[in-house]
Amino acid sequence: MRDMAPVAVVPRKRRGVELALIIFALGLALGAYALVDLNVTGELSTAFPYVAGICSLVAALAHIAVRWRLPYADPVILPCVILLNGLGLVMIHRIDLINEPPLNGARQQLIWTALGVLMFILVVTWLNDHRPLQGFTYTIGLAGIVLLLLPLVPGLGTEKFGAQIWIQVGPYSFQPAEAAKVLLAIAFASYLVEKRDVLALAGYRVLGIDLPRARDLGPILVMWLISLAILVWQRDLGTSLLFFGLFVMMLYVSTERAGWAVLGTLLFAAGAYFGYLNFSHVRRRVGAWLDPFSDFDAYYQVIAAQFGMAWGGLLGTGLGLGRPGLTPLARSDFIAAAIGEELGMTGLMAVIMIYGLIVARGLRIALQCREPFGKLLATGLSFALALQVFTIIGGVTRLLPLTGLTTPFMSQGGSSLICNWIVAGLLLVISHQVRKPAATVTPINPDLEQTQLVKAGV
Amino acid sequence: MSEIALLIIKVVFLALLWLFILSAVSVIRSDLFGKTVRASDQPQPQELETPPPPPKKAKRQRGQPRVFMISQGNQAGLSADLAGGVIMIGRSADCQLILDDDYVSTRHARVVGAPTGIYIEDLGSTNGTYVNGQRITAPTTITLADTVRIGKTMLRLEP
Repeated sequence: MRDMAPVAVVPRKRRGVELALIIFALGLALGAYALVDLNVTGELSTAFPYVAGICSLVAALAHIAVRWRLPYADPVILPCVILLNGLGLVMIHRIDLINEPPLNGARQQLIWTALGVLMFILVVTWLNDHRPLQGFTYTIGLAGIVLLLLPLVPGLGTEKFGAQIWIQVGPYSFQPAEAAKVLLAIAFASYLVEKRDVLALAGYRVLGIDLPRARDLGPILVMWLISLAILVWQRDLGTSLLFFGLFVMMLYVSTERAGWAVLGTLLFAAGAYFGYLNFSHVRRRVGAWLDPFSDFDAYYQVIAAQFGMAWGGLLGTGLGLGRPGLTPLARSDFIAAAIGEELGMTGLMAVIMIYGLIVARGLRIALQCREPFGKLLATGLSFALALQVFTIIGGVTRLLPLTGLTTPFMSQGGSSLICNWIVAGLLLVISHQVRKPAATVTPINPDLEQTQLVKAGV
Repeated sequence: MSEIALLIIKVVFLALLWLFILSAVSVIRSDLFGKTVRASDQPQPQELETPPPPPKKAKRQRGQPRVFMISQGNQAGLSADLAGGVIMIGRSADCQLILDDDYVSTRHARVVGAPTGIYIEDLGSTNGTYVNGQRITAPTTITLADTVRIGKTMLRLEP
């Protein structure tokens, strides 16, 4: 009768597999670093042992933190993130070597990586459960919106590369939109958990699409106005698209009504068309997308990236053997073009695939999650990552108009790297809560239950 | 380095990059199925099922939950003592807390007092058990601050 025993599926911890994948990822990244040195200068640089040591230490600490606090967390996300971060570091180091004497971008990026992992460890050990975040909906949302609009404050915000998305405090500059992305994903998730019934159930039907009631349009209109404000005053198409897209997507996921997605797309299209008609920076981006070769001076960056990727071809020129430095901003916005040139289409596809794996695991966590807040939060975070990767790599490869978003985990820049490590930490926290076995109580057997007898009539 | 060596290194690196992706995918694949555990192999949560008999001298601290009481409904005020370790809730006569409510199943839920806390578990009822408005699917810890809804009856722990 043993075969008849009820069978339960318990997720495995899989920490050993995660460690093996992390070692593989580290080996790939450090091998690439060594290849760059060998191919460019013919010998390993003296800094290589330090870089290898710091990278291994940082990865080991992240793994230990996960093993200690989140034993049931997803085993694939952390190795993928480490590999992406490592490849980004390698490309920045490679572009450093073009200059004579070499720049220190990679060293700076290594410091940011260490800080990012520190934040990751803090999230993993200190937060450990995502549900308390649900209690601070409006505080977190307000903080996110303030951060988002902070660069517009005169004296605090500074303009770089034509977009006013930086704040400058002393010698340090910071891109608050990245932190706002995390905060707003949390705020949207807990807001929509509270309000989704009202948004989903009331409304009328036009042409087979359920449209919401006029009085429920408030939040979507507020988000639309905020993203238009970013487009108009911060002159940043990418951030505007990212936030509005994130909000509309979470609205759609929580209410399961296509009407919101249709409405959101129409609103964004109207905003973008308005921007195209009225602002030269939007028109220039669209020009660089549709017909870059018409004006060599204005669209130089996009043209250089196209030639770089064309030269790379299927297998790439080999690490350290291309000329990615010809593209302006190759270490930040155009790092995907540098990868495409030196690792070829095969390498760029691999990088996109790794992003895909992270996003797929995030959505899988959302599917498995049994409570609505975790579900929405995991969906929002992974969708924001997917949208960001799609927008920037789509822009670099001329699938979309170019927008000034960062490539998560790869671009040079501290705010983006640290915030994306926090996103990875949050995803792991949710996955641990989802996958850990529920508290078990052995099933009750009515035949063995003792019924208390009341002795009457003594 | 010679051309051919460079080409080989380049191809090997790309192959390893894709090998990483393939191994990650195979991890995901094996993760789909999890580990199958027979009920008999599962660790038996002994302390949950048979709590040690409470000492005769009540050594409970102040503020510890002592009874599970109906706070709203037509039987408000009725309560059951947690000292026995387990309280069965339902319409059946063998329950410690018998609810006279059409929406309650015969054996609806049970409250288990364990050293680690007090759990409420739904016993496959028709209408479900709600803790703070959320339907529970697994044994859930409750404290003095939580309200439990069973059918049309609200219940809570009382010191």
